[in-house]
Amino acid sequence: MQDMRLKLHIWRQAGPEAQGALRTYEVTANEHMSFLEMLDVLNQDLIEKGEEPVAFEHDCREGICGTCNMVIDGRPHGPQKGTTACQLHMRAFKDGDEIHVEPWRATAFPIIKDLVVDRAPFDRIIASGGFVSVNTGAAQDANEIPVPKADADDAFSYAACIGCGACVAACKNASAMLFTAAKFAHLEKLPQGRVESERRALAMVEQHDAEGFGACTNQYECEAVCPKEISVTSIAMLNKAYRSAVLKTRETV
Amino acid sequence: MQLDSKIPSGPIEKKWDNRRFELKLVNPANKRKYKVLVVGTGLAGGSAAATLGELGYQVEAFTFHDSPRRAHSIAAQGGINAAKNYKGDGDSVFRLFYDTVKGGDFRAREANVYRLAQVSVNIIDQCVAQGVPFAREYGGYLDNRSFGGAQVSRTFYARGQTGQQLLIGCYQALERQVKAGTVKMRTRKEMLDVVVVDGEAKGIITRDLVTGQIERHYGDAVVLATGGYGNVFYLSTNAMNCNVTAAFRAYRRGAAFANPCYTQIHPTCIPVSGDYQSKLTLMSESLRNDGRIWVPKKAGDKRAASDIPESERDYYLERKYPSFGNLSPRDIASRAAKEVCDEGRGVGPGGLGVYLDFADSIRRLGEDTIRARYGNLFQMYEKITGENPYRVPMRIYPAVHYTMGGLWVDYNLMTTIPGLYAIGEANFSDHGANRLGASALMQGLADGYFVLPYTIGDYLATQKPGAVGVDHAAFAEAENEVRARTERLLSVNGSRTVDSFHRELGKLIWDHCGMARTADGLRDALQKIPALREEFYGDVRVPGSGAALNQELEKAGRVADFMEFGELMCLDALTREESAGGHFRSEHQTEDGEAQRDDENYCHVAAWEYTGYGQKPNEHREPLVFENVKLAVRSYK
Repeated sequence: MQDMRLKLHIWRQAGPEAQGALRTYEVTANEHMSFLEMLDVLNQDLIEKGEEPVAFEHDCREGICGTCNMVIDGRPHGPQKGTTACQLHMRAFKDGDEIHVEPWRATAFPIIKDLVVDRAPFDRIIASGGFVSVNTGAAQDANEIPVPKADADDAFSYAACIGCGACVAACKNASAMLFTAAKFAHLEKLPQGRVESERRALAMVEQHDAEGFGACTNQYECEAVCPKEISVTSIAMLNKAYRSAVLKTRETV
Repeated sequence: MQLDSKIPSGPIEKKWDNRRFELKLVNPANKRKYKVLVVGTGLAGGSAAATLGELGYQVEAFTFHDSPRRAHSIAAQGGINAAKNYKGDGDSVFRLFYDTVKGGDFRAREANVYRLAQVSVNIIDQCVAQGVPFAREYGGYLDNRSFGGAQVSRTFYARGQTGQQLLIGCYQALERQVKAGTVKMRTRKEMLDVVVVDGEAKGIITRDLVTGQIERHYGDAVVLATGGYGNVFYLSTNAMNCNVTAAFRAYRRGAAFANPCYTQIHPTCIPVSGDYQSKLTLMSESLRNDGRIWVPKKAGDKRAASDIPESERDYYLERKYPSFGNLSPRDIASRAAKEVCDEGRGVGPGGLGVYLDFADSIRRLGEDTIRARYGNLFQMYEKITGENPYRVPMRIYPAVHYTMGGLWVDYNLMTTIPGLYAIGEANFSDHGANRLGASALMQGLADGYFVLPYTIGDYLATQKPGAVGVDHAAFAEAENEVRARTERLLSVNGSRTVDSFHRELGKLIWDHCGMARTADGLRDALQKIPALREEFYGDVRVPGSGAALNQELEKAGRVADFMEFGELMCLDALTREESAGGHFRSEHQTEDGEAQRDDENYCHVAAWEYTGYGQKPNEHREPLVFENVKLAVRSYK
């Protein structure tokens, strides 16, 4: 197993109000490590030297919980397509590389410490309308409503969003439209979800804007970095539903 | 301590109906006066919090994550069982019940398992209504696949991301209640103690992980949905933050801990690649529908898989267990893998691996079909190993995955502390000594959506809402203890990192309380763990302060509890002089190496009562009575 010597430039920031800066560290890794395991090695080193380890968020380390979030060499989750930071392995790098590691940057995602940011706005967008209003126990038999396989598959591909926030970090406007639209499109593709379509479109877009996310200007950086490769067609679906819902509400006023 | 399982009277198919009728109700107008604290927001906690909110209770839900959508339920891949019999292949509530009791090696409580099988059908209905995008057939109806330990297809799935889709459904239901104002969501707060007032649970103490504030929270009842303790092994398929702290704190306050030695080693995980490794990755059991497991017949055969001819391969599961073959239950498949590796027939670096080969299925069904079924799993495998499983067989090895043991609960899911409930993986009740695949999601959602919301009312109806405030002396005492523990960890300032201790503890537990256990090994571990714990408290280094985000401090608290808990596990394993399911005592096996139960002496739940730090806990036994399933030697041959 070949050792790799790497130079890391990592964003360090003691707290929300503190001044942050990139600091440089050296670390020895190997190609079988995951990127986060490489950071573990660095942190063990730092602790042994009496320094504070780098704070970063992670949990499942298999690309599904959406907890990990870092910009690696200018790209959310790093250089590999369809891959979260925790699934990125060091074989994507080579001996002698310099790597820049930074937090998500967006007004709506304030930094808590180092690479840790606050993504609570995403929960509030879901709370505004990203659900089907059905209480426990009120459901009919699951096979009462057949759903065409193609629709179910489409719904799944939008529902695959892990809520990591890479779409926001990649967007020059820090827009969260891909996140918002992925949820909308998931429910829109299913008969169970379509009942509340208009109300959902209005509420979710309004909440998105109220949280301080920017407007979507159709550059599609979000789709390019999304670790679950969610399609921007979801944004078109949401925009269409939103426009029609706005017109209808105006008519009734 | 008295263990009263409160199993309802009547024939098994009537027990849950009878109980629902007997339970006291809280009138709808009074529900909003009661506050329920739910700790943990995975499938069990999230579904319970959402449902209690819908019913009108005031709910406060706690998670140490940044969002309730992150819990480790999300990583469950393969599916969720339900006795729908949509395939018309002979499934029924009784068959799911029977399979689960048998799969658990006859160490689960019959009445609980029957109820689980009964409500399994409601779960699927509920999830579909929420918009969970389960896999469907071209006719638009729901699809099923098979899982280990069953001869029917009853597993509902959403590609390899079933846990994610179920959790998102439950998270959406929860956020809907947050918006409605019935649930207050408390993110980034870790529960560090249960507050017990006059013998009943009346609140919790948390640490805010961002500000470091130690806080008191009052509740008329407390629900722990805090998952399992697999990370006591350090390396497991659990997420990095999974821990035993909440359950262990409850144990220290008087909740009995049941069957801690029942841990599940999952047969299909990606093998360990080095010392730096932080966790292990599961490859879903569903892969065993189409993958064939084999090793070379000859020990030390170093040829590439493709160079080993068919006649020199040993498809050992198909050979030993012809009727279940590659779909034998997890404990059996794991031990069989260990056996062939111990014989020197393991594959890959270090010889700790066996092949999971899709070549036959790809020939039979085509690569596209295999991709449609398992695409994301194959991709995940390739990302981690750098090998393409469409071309070369996967290499897999068993790893710690799930813990069947947990807080002892009665039929109503209440622990031995009145007012304290435990649901999901945090309790012990439904899986006996081995859990079948696709049953964890079923149990988490059964407890949270369909059981606890009924049973908790029975307790609340006897309580005066808001009877005790956070200014009660018990809150102050618990808060002070939490502060003292935190300060102790910060003040050691020794030379070793928290991870180095955790790794050492994990290795001890894996070596002595892992896939095969012996009395000597367990005694050895029981000597070494307290010594390691003393070293931990004398030499651990936790940098930073308690007044801000400090991930090392969080880990240190969890590892400190694992250090005590590991000892309890080994004690339970030493005391249980039989082999059952995931608990394999090498002294107790049949001639052909199968687990040998001792129904005469060990057909019981072992529930441990805390007696003080470093003191031997008291063992209490709940006898298990089998009236509907005949106690038999589990055979999958």
